[in-house]
Amino acid sequence: MKSWLVIGQYVPGNSILHRLDPRTKLLLIFSYVIIVFFANNPASYAVLTFFAIGAIFLSKLSISYILKGITPIWFFIIFSFLIHLFFTRDGEVLWQFQQITIYYGGLIQGLTISLRFLLLIMVTSLLTLTTSPMEITDALENLLAPLQKWKVPVHELALMLSISLRFIPTLMDELDKISKAQASRGVDLKTGSLKSRIYAVVPLLVPLFISAFRRAEDLAMAMEARGYRGGEGRTKLRQLKYTMLDYQAAIIYLVIIIIFFYLRN
Amino acid sequence: MTKIEFRDVYFRYNEDENWVLRNINLSINADESIAIIGHNGSGKSTIAKLINGLLIPQAGDILIDGEKITERNLWEVRRKVGMVFQNPENQFVGTTVMDDVAFGLENRGIPRDEMVHRIDESLREVGMQDFFLHEAHHLSGGQKQRVAIASVMAVQPEVLILDEATSMLDPLGRREIIQTIQHVRQQHGFTILTITHDLDEISSSDRLLVLQNGKLVIDTKPRDWFAQTEDWESLGLIAPFTTKLANILKDHGYRFPSHPLNHEELIEAIWTYNLKE
Repeated sequence: MKSWLVIGQYVPGNSILHRLDPRTKLLLIFSYVIIVFFANNPASYAVLTFFAIGAIFLSKLSISYILKGITPIWFFIIFSFLIHLFFTRDGEVLWQFQQITIYYGGLIQGLTISLRFLLLIMVTSLLTLTTSPMEITDALENLLAPLQKWKVPVHELALMLSISLRFIPTLMDELDKISKAQASRGVDLKTGSLKSRIYAVVPLLVPLFISAFRRAEDLAMAMEARGYRGGEGRTKLRQLKYTMLDYQAAIIYLVIIIIFFYLRN
Repeated sequence: MTKIEFRDVYFRYNEDENWVLRNINLSINADESIAIIGHNGSGKSTIAKLINGLLIPQAGDILIDGEKITERNLWEVRRKVGMVFQNPENQFVGTTVMDDVAFGLENRGIPRDEMVHRIDESLREVGMQDFFLHEAHHLSGGQKQRVAIASVMAVQPEVLILDEATSMLDPLGRREIIQTIQHVRQQHGFTILTITHDLDEISSSDRLLVLQNGKLVIDTKPRDWFAQTEDWESLGLIAPFTTKLANILKDHGYRFPSHPLNHEELIEAIWTYNLKE
């Protein structure tokens, strides 16, 4: 349960990656995610891997910490590797045992797919590891602001996001309280068949939802009392500013991308 | 100068329900501090929400500075009337203390430089200046309520309404809040309305309003009311020991010049009692 929650949880720090403007990080990583799918030979993969490792190095987080953080993802990586290994019929046969045949093409395919997967997860979790949820929300609001011309409620969405982030710990505490309260009334959450354990979740979720609705009502009232009436005419305390660091990062990234496109076939 | 005025106000939440408030007439001066008490469902929170324009009465008028609250001046009214609610958790909008205080300022389009200055000032006033970047779940209930007070103060309201703001706190947190409010009131001198069950809050007010079944039944000085009433339980209050003792002494023929509100006053009254005779 815990390790699921740790995926990409923000680790405060003061590394170069922490200090980059969240918009820069968001844009770089978003484009990286797309570019990963353009890699088609060992050299281009090497460039991407070099970039990912370099970024981890700059974040001052240990590689083992990041790998541990993505534990639950390992299952998918290994699973997709095995699927490709066993089911791709391409190239020469490497190994045969009764019904199972492994081809050279399958091995390569499996390796590249899992490497792609690993790179994607590592780089995106690097974003959330070095950027607080609030910064990501601000960056999104800022980057998506032009969409307001087409009546997309960007400000409202960003506010919703930041309020939900703010209430996650509150609701977790609440859930903990409710599960203790229900356990004291004899609800068994820890033993029994999978089916009975799934049923046992119902008496946790119903009170949680009811209290969440009540909180929402209170919060709406408090927001209105404090003069909230939508995004119009609102000023912002949090400001984002591109610094020298951001320009440097963008230039280095561009150079890497040019090398990447030069190396791929 | 009259700050808030209720004229024949009736209110109910639904057409087919009973009136929550019936024929309320009330006028509150700018420099007064008022305590409102009443048992659950007596309509005391409704009064608070009416003053802030969160609810609109079905009949009668509510005036702030002589101006009737309407849809048109609603936002101006909400700037003047700040409100602190009961649940500390559910009124914390921002992710951090700083964001939460900024929320009300952002809503009013205050320029950023001014905002930074006001946040700093108001957090200092409630003694939370060391908690700028703390997140809501790392604060105690009392600290969250202090932040809520700071967020209201930052907007510089003229009326402060505390809707059972201390009822979910432990005694220590409660004392913190009462002290904080007294401190900010000395600094700014605004009208203050406290909806409460807490006797300390009642006795520190200038004026006491008692609501019963949606009607304003008593409008007096706290001291006078403490001296007369025997009807504590029906209002959801527990009579303080000093009041009980003072009343029993009175039954035995003791005459105090004014009703003692706390330990010190009672001791003072008792030890000087025979000196006067």
